[in-house]
Amino acid sequence: MDLTYTDAQKAFRQEVRDWLSAHVPKEPLPSFDTAEGFEAHRIWERTLAQGNWGMVTWPVEYGGRGCDLIEWLIFEEEYYRAGAPLRVNQNGIFLLGPTLMEYATPEQKARFIPAMASGDEIWAQGWSEPNAGSDMAAIRCRADRDGDEYVINGQKIWSTRAVYADWVFGLFRTDPNSERHHGISKILVPLNAEGVTVRPIPQLNGLPGFAEIFFDDVRVPAFNMLGEEGQGWHIAMATAGFERGLMLRSPARFQQASKRLVELYRERAGDIVDPSTEEAVVRCYMDAEAYALSTYQTASKLCNGGSIGPEASCNKIFWSEMDLLIHETAMKLLGARAEIEPETAAEIAELGSWLDGFMFAQSGPIYAGTNEIQRNIIAERMLGMPRK
Amino acid sequence: MNFTFTEDQLSFREAIEALLVGEVTPERIRARWQTDTGVDDALMAQVLESGLISMQVPEALGGLGMGPIDFVLLAEACGQVALPEPVVETAMVALPLLVDVLDRGLGNGDVQQVIDGVCAGSLRIAVGHPINPCVNFADVADWLLLPHADEIYLVPRDAVALTPRKSVDPSRRLFEVQFEVNGAQRLAEGDVGADLWRATLNRGALATAAQLVGLSQGMVEQSVRYTADRQQFGRAVGANQAVKHLLANVAVQNEYAKPVIYRAAYTIGVSPSRADFAVSHAKAAAARAALLAGRNSIQAHGAMGYTWECDLQIWVKRAWALAREWGGEGFHKNRIHEWLLRPNALLGPEFTFGKRSIIDAA
Repeated sequence: MDLTYTDAQKAFRQEVRDWLSAHVPKEPLPSFDTAEGFEAHRIWERTLAQGNWGMVTWPVEYGGRGCDLIEWLIFEEEYYRAGAPLRVNQNGIFLLGPTLMEYATPEQKARFIPAMASGDEIWAQGWSEPNAGSDMAAIRCRADRDGDEYVINGQKIWSTRAVYADWVFGLFRTDPNSERHHGISKILVPLNAEGVTVRPIPQLNGLPGFAEIFFDDVRVPAFNMLGEEGQGWHIAMATAGFERGLMLRSPARFQQASKRLVELYRERAGDIVDPSTEEAVVRCYMDAEAYALSTYQTASKLCNGGSIGPEASCNKIFWSEMDLLIHETAMKLLGARAEIEPETAAEIAELGSWLDGFMFAQSGPIYAGTNEIQRNIIAERMLGMPRK
Repeated sequence: MNFTFTEDQLSFREAIEALLVGEVTPERIRARWQTDTGVDDALMAQVLESGLISMQVPEALGGLGMGPIDFVLLAEACGQVALPEPVVETAMVALPLLVDVLDRGLGNGDVQQVIDGVCAGSLRIAVGHPINPCVNFADVADWLLLPHADEIYLVPRDAVALTPRKSVDPSRRLFEVQFEVNGAQRLAEGDVGADLWRATLNRGALATAAQLVGLSQGMVEQSVRYTADRQQFGRAVGANQAVKHLLANVAVQNEYAKPVIYRAAYTIGVSPSRADFAVSHAKAAAARAALLAGRNSIQAHGAMGYTWECDLQIWVKRAWALAREWGGEGFHKNRIHEWLLRPNALLGPEFTFGKRSIIDAA
């Protein structure tokens, strides 16, 4: 065990820091759940790509830097330290990207990865359906083979970023006689295809962060299917593993938020702060560090040829509950002003993005598999408790 | 940067775990409660043979010359079986203090003799620290390390007066210790003494933290077994989500306490003077996990969990005791609080491993 960075890792951090300080927009971008903000974030993705910083773990030929996971963590630490914009292409780079690396043909990689890396194609995800939420194996949206094409009919819901995105990846039933997790395939669909209707769903903050997608005889080339027909469930589980396991929420995000919470606490220390709030501030900082330490441990394990085990299901519960505690505590510290949406620069400086973050934190225990489902997985697969 | 254990460290843990799981059964723990010493001498001979006791003593002094990061997984294994004997405290706290005393050129002829004797299994040692009101297994120790303000004394047992105090945990043998200060037995005083006691507190807190996550794991294992066997409404109690989630919550706390404990062990090994925050974090996180494990495991066992007969009590009560020994949650959270909220604290994602690990120029 060696918990110090090598000289190369230190130099890498410095390089990231220098580049970010020269390129991160001075003013925060508008929300990417507005048309204007989405395009501003797309431009930021292009800027990142031009510096080859879009996804540092990708191979050089796809615009990455071939970094290992420790370097990725360093990059993320610097990224959040610099206050750089959120990643509008998160679905693409963190969820679909790793899947493409593993399951796509060379032709598919050439078609999809560079456009994803450059920000030219921003991705939405299409897992859930109205009757297939936590029970994802209940999906019914069909993709019927017709020559060199698939014909898609049905509906997806809660598709994050779908309102302004260019493409959606999702699971579709390619064998109409199949049930549950059999006969499902993973298919990539352009959202401008004929027969696609996207209906925005305003989230708790009023902005359309996700959408319903209706497919009415939508034709896509068979080329757009990943892996083998019927292998979709298996591929999706690999993606979900990434989502829960390591990359969806990098620890730096929570460490930065808990640092800001400590600062907020210091500012408010003259006001009435009850001991339980003080305790929560300390706990948030400790938990964010614990999450970072755990991620370093997992990353080190993977760098040494190990694999992620069922204990990875603990991640989502831990960070989503921590995120709630961080923002609930900030709301307490802001007191009666917490409900006010900041407008002026002075208010933005005072209230920051706590309210927005607080609302977003409500979704953490729900998306990417509810925490109730995660607890079942932990109990059954990690602890070995009976399914029935 | 490599946050993994070596193959050797992992296989040592496996070997110790195999030894302990076979030899430290609830029946044999209960049997100890009926004896005069509370010690299983045959087991202690095996433990000595395994190298556990002298692991952190330098090779020049007859030990294995390893550090807290090599020992931390073994402390976990000791907790997992709720080992009653103070093996972890001897190896991870008492002997390192004696070695520290020698390293600083302090002490008297007794120090070397006691290290030799403990490593050879002919002597037993116990530690009193100002933060703990009692000394565990003081009556079967041949020598005691004892505080008087900042001073450190190494005193033979026949020179101390012991008043037994009953612990909630029948495996623990607590004593209040009184002794006449005798300059010839003084090992350190003043700032040096205070320094050594501070380092000892950190080692003690780490030792209890590692045992606490082991205890927590042991409690979850028993609860999983019990709820798989116990049937109600025609199916296993453990098939109910409400019961699953009780234990899943413990697993989550445990998983996130472990890397914190490993960082603390690492920090004590390489940079003991900067270990306070890491150690207090470890102790607070481990206590939180183990106390939740106790609470939820009793619940998962139903009425059985509230009986003397149920072996779960061996683990639960140890957790109750160790959560407060070597500093309770209040003490450790206050230390974290002071560290975190001091004006010049270096906070943020780049400082997880301390200032020195970051860009040199920063």
